[in-house]
Amino acid sequence: MDYIDYYKLLGISKTATPADIKAAYRKLARKHHPDLNPNDKDALKKFQQINEANEVLSDATKRKKYDQYGKDWQHAEEFEQSRQQQRQSTQNQQQQYGGGENMGDFSDFFSSMFGNMGGAGGNRPQAKYRGEDFSAEVRLQLIEAYVTHKQTLTVNGTNIRITIPAGIENGQTIKINGHGGIGTHGGPNGDLYITFVILPHPRIKRLEDNLYTTVDLDLYVAMLGGEMTIDTLSGKVKLKVAPETQNGTKIKLKGKGFPVYKQEGQFGDFYVTYNLKTPTHLTPRQKELFTELSKTS
Amino acid sequence: MEKTYHIALNDFCKNHNIEISFIESLQNTGLIEASELQEAGFIEVEQLMQLEMYVRFHYDLDINLEGIETIMHLLNRIETQHKEIVKLKNKLMLYELNE
Repeated sequence: MDYIDYYKLLGISKTATPADIKAAYRKLARKHHPDLNPNDKDALKKFQQINEANEVLSDATKRKKYDQYGKDWQHAEEFEQSRQQQRQSTQNQQQQYGGGENMGDFSDFFSSMFGNMGGAGGNRPQAKYRGEDFSAEVRLQLIEAYVTHKQTLTVNGTNIRITIPAGIENGQTIKINGHGGIGTHGGPNGDLYITFVILPHPRIKRLEDNLYTTVDLDLYVAMLGGEMTIDTLSGKVKLKVAPETQNGTKIKLKGKGFPVYKQEGQFGDFYVTYNLKTPTHLTPRQKELFTELSKTS
Repeated sequence: MEKTYHIALNDFCKNHNIEISFIESLQNTGLIEASELQEAGFIEVEQLMQLEMYVRFHYDLDINLEGIETIMHLLNRIETQHKEIVKLKNKLMLYELNE
């Protein structure tokens, strides 16, 4: 556990007045506050650090203790104990500070030095605070996002069973009310925000509700027409290939695409692009026939 | 019929130790929409998060109403752009996998 220089964190000198501390804290808080930097973990970390620095330096008692022991903070408790024993050997010590609900946001250094002398919650003590919002990421295979299903997630040690509606998009975030951090002083719980990451499928690509795939088409089927079977997410589909089909031809299978999010029974389309495969390793007979064919055009 | 839950503004102010005049200013600038019932102001529970954010801006960060309005405008812009980026990334995947 390293010593934290709170003065350096706030960019102030050790002789800073309470007004200087407040001004420095507010300036940095405006820059790094999580409300102003949504989804920015670095900003959140920085904000927690400056919040901790402010918690110590804006409180006369904590600041005094911090200044007194400085880099020798690890021995602070021993010093305190021996001094107290000298002064009042029989009187029980009473904890002067309540709270402690913000301890989770403070460093080990802070906890070690100030014990449960937690934050009073800024300038509005005893206010009811809504709990912190939690963010989580859930990775799904394309086929999993194709059907509505239930999944159990473990968030901060609590199991939450959620229903993931078919058609959820890559990067989409859903909110689960009340599953964030616990509110303080009776305030409501925060919410849980889950962002979905849909992993790429090896053959099928998705854009919104439509699916796209490329299939190899045999030269002879392309020229003379025929049938072929392809895999979609809902099963195999037999396709009729028209004679003289060109390379890159795109066909649409209506309603065979991805389910539309929260629109039951509605599906996008499935687009198939033909990739013409010309034969290789021709036999002498095949070469002869191709030569003959070329003379006809 | 769908239920809507409301929070009394007086309770909100009491719990947060703030003045009701601040909420009235937010209302006047259109940052929140409050309704009135038997001479008491209420907000829909969906606005609670937003309102708490304004309280943090004003009381913790010392940002005035004009500042809050500007911030909200920029945050909305960031959110729209973020959605656009996600959409474009998804679109890009379509071409990247073709390579």
